[in-house]
Amino acid sequence: MNEIKQIKVNAIKNGTVIDHIKAGTGLKVINILKLKQSDVIMLGINLKSNKIGKKDILKIENRELTHDEVNIIALIAPNATLTIINNYEVTQKQSLMMPKIIKELIVCPNPKCITNLESITSRFELTEEKTGTIRCGYCEKKYQVDDVSIKI
Amino acid sequence: MKNMISMRDLSKKDILHLMEIAAKIEDGEIVPDLKGRLAALLFFEPSTRTMFSFDTAVKRMNGSTIIMSGTKNTSSKKGETFADTLQTIAQYSDIIIMRTPVEGAARYASEIVNIPVVNAGDGANQHPTQALLDLYSIMKTQGTLEGLKVGLAGDLRFGRTVHSLAQALSLFGVQFKFISPSFLQMPEYIKDDLEARKIKFTELDDIEGNIDDLDILYVTRIQKERFADPEDYENLKGSYILKKSMLDNVKTNFKVMHPLPRVDEINTDVDDTKYAYYFPQAKNGVFTRQALIAILLGEV
Repeated sequence: MNEIKQIKVNAIKNGTVIDHIKAGTGLKVINILKLKQSDVIMLGINLKSNKIGKKDILKIENRELTHDEVNIIALIAPNATLTIINNYEVTQKQSLMMPKIIKELIVCPNPKCITNLESITSRFELTEEKTGTIRCGYCEKKYQVDDVSIKI
Repeated sequence: MKNMISMRDLSKKDILHLMEIAAKIEDGEIVPDLKGRLAALLFFEPSTRTMFSFDTAVKRMNGSTIIMSGTKNTSSKKGETFADTLQTIAQYSDIIIMRTPVEGAARYASEIVNIPVVNAGDGANQHPTQALLDLYSIMKTQGTLEGLKVGLAGDLRFGRTVHSLAQALSLFGVQFKFISPSFLQMPEYIKDDLEARKIKFTELDDIEGNIDDLDILYVTRIQKERFADPEDYENLKGSYILKKSMLDNVKTNFKVMHPLPRVDEINTDVDDTKYAYYFPQAKNGVFTRQALIAILLGEV
């Protein structure tokens, strides 16, 4: 398995590798990044991982992520590893962590929340990292990150 | 303290300070003077009781009020945004006290105006001054908030009052009995908060036989509309009606509280007992709100 992974990573000349994505979340990451049919991407699903048991891995050629995209991925795939490849070399590597305060990115599911009725930037606070529980800074309702819509 | 938006914002120290000021105002030891100060009472959703309580609190301190009740004849009907309404009113007044059905509206208001904002209820979210007056009433009758045994009965699922109260009392190591029909039990997120603070609670489905060891029983109304089948309501409601006959073995310091209005969940034969405390509780609301407004306006 390590050998296969090595080949995949080495095969990219320029672009981004997102590793250690929670198993089953890889397709969601593809949707969020709005990857097009013409983009060269490779997705591995349910690969064996010593770190998290099972994982997805996504490799995108010729694409670096914006700050907002990194924040969104940190939300849906916390603990993923982001690697930037330039000319076959790893130039940057970072472990993603769920942000403590999440501004703008999440739509509050509560229809009675002021953020859905006025033009306001939404704000959520991470209340429990382990379960991905967040609380709306306005209506104070709690949700799981997996259950909320993310603005793309 | 700049605003009063949510009980979540208050520390134990803040609560105790507010209780202390309320007690001093009640005793006449402190007489805040709001002469020349004006409070805007913006009740986008009408509520006679809470509005009168705030209005009374301001006027008892020689302040004046401007009142909006409902949105029928307001600019919001003409399409003005909530933010514009708030910012305009903030030009006239020294403090905004507001109730809306929109959850989070008071928090938002506090972010856009530069005068203090008091949340007098935002939908199903928070009604912090109710929780504060409840705490003050408990403090007054028990002499402490620490280590009490408190029963919360009725609709524990939808009642924001019992949610705020349970969260506030959890700062003081209270033990709870939650007495409700199974489908109106305390929500999981509140129970999670209590468990995180190592607060003990039990869930029961009948008032009778479960109140003898309590210091406080806080009763709330169960609305008939919550039941899909009216027959279920008729069968169950008896378990959540407090009667004088149930009070034979309660503790001498025991008190019955209710946020009012009451329908039939506390039998009127309880009113004449020394345990009934729901009307003085309403009066305590004025002292608590006086204390809060005086603190926010820097008058104490």
